[in-house]
Amino acid sequence: MKITFAEGLAQAIYEAMAADSRVVLIGSSFMGLNMTARKLMEPAVRDYSDRMLVTPISELALAGAGIGAAMCGQRPVVDLGTGSFIFQAFAQVVNEAANIHYMSGGQSKAPVTFYCLAGMRGMGAAQHSHRTQAMLGQVPGLQILTPGGADDAYQLMKWSLLKSQNPTVFICHSLLFTETSELDPNEPMLPVGRARIRRQGSDVSIIASSITVPRAMAAAELLEKQGIFAEVVDLRTVVPLDRETILKSVAKTGRAVIADECHKSFGVAAEIAATLAEDGLSFLKAPVRRVVVPDVPIPFSQSLEEELTVSTEKIVAAALQVLGR
Amino acid sequence: MSANVSSNLAAMLKIRRFEEQCIAMARAGKLPGHYHVYIGQEATAVAACAALKPEDFLFSTWRNHGHLLARGASPGKMLAEILGRSGGYAGGKSGTLHLSANDLGMPTTSALVGGSLPLATGAALACKRQGKGIAVAFFGDAGLEEGAFYESMIIAQVWQVPILFVCENNSIPPKDRKRGQYTSSTLPAQRLGDVTQSLQIPSEAVDGTDLTAMEECFKRLTAEVRNGGGPRFVEVCCSRWPGNIMTWPELPGGDWQIDWAFGGKPDVDAMVAWLSSDPLSLYLKKQLAAGALDRTQIEAIDAAVKKEMTGAAQFALDSAFPEASEAYRHVFAAQESAL
Repeated sequence: MKITFAEGLAQAIYEAMAADSRVVLIGSSFMGLNMTARKLMEPAVRDYSDRMLVTPISELALAGAGIGAAMCGQRPVVDLGTGSFIFQAFAQVVNEAANIHYMSGGQSKAPVTFYCLAGMRGMGAAQHSHRTQAMLGQVPGLQILTPGGADDAYQLMKWSLLKSQNPTVFICHSLLFTETSELDPNEPMLPVGRARIRRQGSDVSIIASSITVPRAMAAAELLEKQGIFAEVVDLRTVVPLDRETILKSVAKTGRAVIADECHKSFGVAAEIAATLAEDGLSFLKAPVRRVVVPDVPIPFSQSLEEELTVSTEKIVAAALQVLGR
Repeated sequence: MSANVSSNLAAMLKIRRFEEQCIAMARAGKLPGHYHVYIGQEATAVAACAALKPEDFLFSTWRNHGHLLARGASPGKMLAEILGRSGGYAGGKSGTLHLSANDLGMPTTSALVGGSLPLATGAALACKRQGKGIAVAFFGDAGLEEGAFYESMIIAQVWQVPILFVCENNSIPPKDRKRGQYTSSTLPAQRLGDVTQSLQIPSEAVDGTDLTAMEECFKRLTAEVRNGGGPRFVEVCCSRWPGNIMTWPELPGGDWQIDWAFGGKPDVDAMVAWLSSDPLSLYLKKQLAAGALDRTQIEAIDAAVKKEMTGAAQFALDSAFPEASEAYRHVFAAQESAL
């Protein structure tokens, strides 16, 4: 069955609400301003509107209320809207949710999901384009889900709402809504913490997550036309990070390109490069390359934003570079 | 002596003697780090917790010892935690700042100003959805200086969740502040409850030195909240204890003496003045005047409390420091990794 990313999300939310009455939606604009995708939420609105709470624009307290309700027996998802708005809620997400299990010595837990519609979406400008997975990766205690395919949008969201026992930041990218993938409802889910090999290859590993997954796949297509076989590793989750699969892939290919939409310094790609330097140096036939966003704020003008975007073309160029072409 | 008088006295004394113990241990170099005590506010926690049921949730702050004790927490496990020992509630991971007891409906304690207000609001949402229990949020007057307060009030009111906001105002009135003195609240409101009334949340103020008045107040307000009345706000007007200073607590005049309720006086002027607004001393004097108890009974209760505190101290000191490997536990709760 072929589904879109947005369909996967909507279906996961609907099925989770149907399966467990503790699943409650604190805010429910999961599809942002995408009117087509918003229609997909109609079944949930029709059947479970009593579990969709009216929310003032109060990210801090909504995040905190989600944590509080989660500690006391509910399974809330807090829609924080545009990913940049999580900064309004940082005190609760970073300094309360992430610490509760640890600082209570394991007495308490907070299975809350924070949903962010993040990323460089086109003309979002500096205050609406953040990708926060690298910053949040510095916060022990938070799980960070970064699906790049429709299959994972569905499974990771459903898992987060029904099974997770920890605070989770679900980072969705609005440019992924129309991406499609095959979903076999009978196939067991790939466990959280395991990366997905989206495409097998022998010449170079392209490590991607979220929006860079379809771009890496497109790059691999183009490379194949030149006789280069790229392996695409979709991280699925930044925390937990599947270092083992990354190292295994690079052991096979000997070359690594890391495509990530965070800024270059201290980013997700930097962490992966460090892992390769520490534990995979002997596999490398060439230095790793990061295809990431330069360390500048995101400008409004389309031509300026494009200059900074992690594009398929840039991934192809980096792959050719590590291959010495 | 009625059971109520005896249990109120024991509960207040327990908090006071516990805090004195903390100060003594800090002086002896056994209690590391910054800590806060609840001396002078004992009646608030005792009266509030008396109005609660086991299924209710409580949220506190860095000044949490009194709330936990009044809720029935073990002084030994609390003190062990405060000393960073393995026998503490969190195995030494929380210390005094985040002291919590999930079994008692206190799942976490935020040491950030205003930090617990959103959490308590969410706990109240859970209560409403589960059809049982209420949430009580204890916080200080400085909590109103944070944006989290306003956001939480709005949400609690829009959702009509069962929550009682208890603001323990222990700030010094501006007229009493000397130049350069640390001020805990700079809120430009005459009555803190005025703030919530503008959001249609009913509010009132109660005298934090009067246990009897607070018993009535908390009983009535928790019933209103429990019966679906939505949020309530109460300002408890406490009188700041002279030992509560910006840096480390001090014990002016030494440990509290029963004799001070019988005409004896501490040798520190600030303490002499403060005793006329000490909830413990006032409660004793009132019960003595009413003939509800005598000195022998008071001394017997105090002796029992002191004995319990000595036992708690022994338990805490006997408890080992956690193993180094413990630092890596409890980052994440155990879970299934797939659907």
